[in-house]
Amino acid sequence: MSIVLSNISKNFGQFAALNNVSLEIPEGDLVALLGPSGCGKTTLLRIIAGLESPDAGHVVINGQDKTSEHVSHRGIGFVFQHYALFRHMTVFDNVAFGLRVKPRQSRPGEAEISKKVKSLLDLVQLGWLADRFPDQLSGGQRQRIALARALAVEPNVLLLDEPFGALDASVRKDLRQWLRNLHHELHVTSIFVTHDQEEAMEVASQVVVLNHGQIEQQGAPSAIYDHPSNAFVSKFIGQTNIIRVDQAEKVWLSTTGLDGELGSVAHIRPHHIDLSKAENASQSPVIIKDWQHLGAIIRIELFNALLPDTKSLFAEMPSEHFKQLTLDKGDHVIVKIKHANWFN
Amino acid sequence: MHAKVQLIGQVETQALYDPKWVRYSLIGIAVGFITLFLLSPLLLVLYQAFSKGLQAYWNALSEPDGLSALRLTLLVAVITVPMNTVFGVVAAWTITRFEFPGKNLLTTLIDLPFSVSPVISGLIFVLLFGAQGWFGEWLQAHDIKIIFAVPGIVLATIFITFPFVVRELIPLMQELGCEEEEAAISLGASGWQTFFFVTLPNIKWALLYGVLLCNARAMGEFGAVSVVSGHIRGMTNTLPLHIEVSYNEYDVIAAFASASVLAGLAIVTLVLKTFLEWKQSKAGFSS
Amino acid sequence: MTQSRIMPGFKPSLAYTLLYLALIVLIPLSTLVFKSLQLNLEDYWAIISHPRIIASFRVSFLTSLIASAVAGVFGFVIAWTMVRYNFIGKRFLDALIDLPFALPTAVAGVVLATIYQPSGLLGKWLIDSFGLKVAYTPVGIVIALIFVGIPFVVRTVEPVLQEFDTTMEEAAASLGASRWLIFARIIFPNIFPAVITGVSLAFARGVGEYGSVIFIAGNLPYVSEIVPLLIVTKLEQYDYAGATAIALTMLVISFVLLFLINLLQLWARRRSGQ
Repeated sequence: MSIVLSNISKNFGQFAALNNVSLEIPEGDLVALLGPSGCGKTTLLRIIAGLESPDAGHVVINGQDKTSEHVSHRGIGFVFQHYALFRHMTVFDNVAFGLRVKPRQSRPGEAEISKKVKSLLDLVQLGWLADRFPDQLSGGQRQRIALARALAVEPNVLLLDEPFGALDASVRKDLRQWLRNLHHELHVTSIFVTHDQEEAMEVASQVVVLNHGQIEQQGAPSAIYDHPSNAFVSKFIGQTNIIRVDQAEKVWLSTTGLDGELGSVAHIRPHHIDLSKAENASQSPVIIKDWQHLGAIIRIELFNALLPDTKSLFAEMPSEHFKQLTLDKGDHVIVKIKHANWFN
Repeated sequence: MHAKVQLIGQVETQALYDPKWVRYSLIGIAVGFITLFLLSPLLLVLYQAFSKGLQAYWNALSEPDGLSALRLTLLVAVITVPMNTVFGVVAAWTITRFEFPGKNLLTTLIDLPFSVSPVISGLIFVLLFGAQGWFGEWLQAHDIKIIFAVPGIVLATIFITFPFVVRELIPLMQELGCEEEEAAISLGASGWQTFFFVTLPNIKWALLYGVLLCNARAMGEFGAVSVVSGHIRGMTNTLPLHIEVSYNEYDVIAAFASASVLAGLAIVTLVLKTFLEWKQSKAGFSS
Repeated sequence: MTQSRIMPGFKPSLAYTLLYLALIVLIPLSTLVFKSLQLNLEDYWAIISHPRIIASFRVSFLTSLIASAVAGVFGFVIAWTMVRYNFIGKRFLDALIDLPFALPTAVAGVVLATIYQPSGLLGKWLIDSFGLKVAYTPVGIVIALIFVGIPFVVRTVEPVLQEFDTTMEEAAASLGASRWLIFARIIFPNIFPAVITGVSLAFARGVGEYGSVIFIAGNLPYVSEIVPLLIVTKLEQYDYAGATAIALTMLVISFVLLFLINLLQLWARRRSGQ
């Protein structure tokens, strides 16, 4: 089901949580609402769900205006940040809840419910936990049960609030992949909220970057990464060297192959910096101050000996390449910047 | 090295734990105080009640005035407790599940009966419904008796026990938050379904706890009831008032027999209270 | 807590809450104010300035103050013992602390009077050994109010002590502080606001207390007559105006005192950085 949000605004007292937000989400997409805390992403998700009502604007789901529709009639499944599992019910009863509270005429029989719950538990690979209570589960298990519970009512749209926020790093990695696979399998339009850009890039097919209650950019992860539309997005997504081009830096930047000045601030991705070994100190003032091994890549901290007051520049390259160059701490290197994003 | 580690261990022990003599004297003071001030009165009630033997105790209890006092006490509790329980749940729901202007004021006003002397609690109903009260003439004209009658006793008791249930529920429901209820509603549950399937199971122990305290006070209230009751024997005497009357008439056995019934109620209350506290802590949240 | 428009039943719940509150609490309490508005200032003053009434105010507030202070000291010791130490019978004694909450005041009143009367268990011993007469004197009132007040202190201090971060003690110990210093400089400042709260609750309850006091007090005018009893006496004489004037005065004084205590609490909290 496609979702169209138009001119959504929401204030909490004096605080403007969302300011005239418009957004279109095509059917079947897996979308991340990404932004720092307080940017309005959770509010937006809750407005789509109908848990919150906007002060202005419209929520259209599959061509129908659902702005004033009650949450229970929107056909959404909501996975809460802390899962909100019913603590006094077993896993089975939790998942069955949405089916059991249906009006009598549309409520499936107990046998059918049981069948459906079992198949959902199998889908999230936790069939063996049916009789446990929520406090006997691990965080990752709770998360998957919450998802199964939301899916039980066969929602048209799946909404997840910080789905991996409360999990350990290793569990998080697994669940990300799992969620992506599950989405491929079910193909239900899904939106999740996250403050972790890595998570958004890894899981989502579309990323919506929010800040101060407004959308900064929307697009595929690679588009957002390669062509950030403004300084905030560039800074927020991935690692970036930020260089304010004032007098001193202009001089040495001109030696790095950066063509022209297209703005006052240059954002340079670490992997857009090429290094080669300098024959001697007079060839380049740039010195390797330190380097770290990050697995497949090496991060190199560069320091300009002529400009001791400027901050370090970080470059990254595959470790193979680093080995070939036989670089080490204290070496002078020639810097070539292949690409920069310019902002004012 | 070994010696040093031990030394540090010792220093820490001294700094983190009270010296033995302090520990033993504080325990001594606490135990002594509780025994003297709390345990001995409780035991004395039983001792006095049975001082003339089981038969005398039984006679005192089954005497008509005592029985009617017991009946009235139960009647008052049966009316008061459900009313304040329903109010407690509704008010806690209102206060913890919604934002509205004046919420803090409302919370403060709900607590008001706790800071009013029982005697004054009785007085205000006399001012309202007594012979010289606001509605006094009207009530007399229609031959309705509230003061010096059962309705007055019930009203004063409702006032006195007003905050008990709601006060147990507010902090718990605040702590629980409304995510589980939102989840239920997003899954299609109606308001009542949400309340009965999700809210009530989560608050049941705290609710029972509040009901227990409310009941104990409703059955035991003395000051407020004493003002509005008029002490009509066999008619408007509750058990606590019956104790007073008997005691003032030097009928020690009758006084303490009734007192023992109420003390029994207190003991049951304490036992259940401990049980509920244990249940609640097992449920994973504090009151 | 998230505010949510989807939670059902706001209007009926609020309406019911307000209606019930108004009917049971607000309207009855307001009669006190309206009734006293019928008095002019001179009448009011004539009632209140009667020496017997002034004496009763002195008795009520002084005995409550002393009793709540005593309850504060012993309540703190009991809370400390219950939280920090383990000993046989602790659970039983801990449950007993709530007895004054659960035991009807009239029962407490007759029992305490029986224990402390001159022929009573403790009363006789106290007179024989110390010449101290408890029943039918202000001392008796203090005893009854300690009984009533002790659970307020214990139950306020206990949770705070329980939640007290003991790593602060460990930190102080690792910095070389002695046990006494840790108590005086680390623990007590953090617990003190709770003690004040407990004492003020005990005090507020004590001033209004009726049932557990009147039996042991003897109710001698000018000596051991408390304010609530005077209100009852006035009512028995059908002197509604007098009862109202005294009641309102007592309420106002209590509220002012509670307000001052709240300020004190705020100050104690600020000082301990909470």
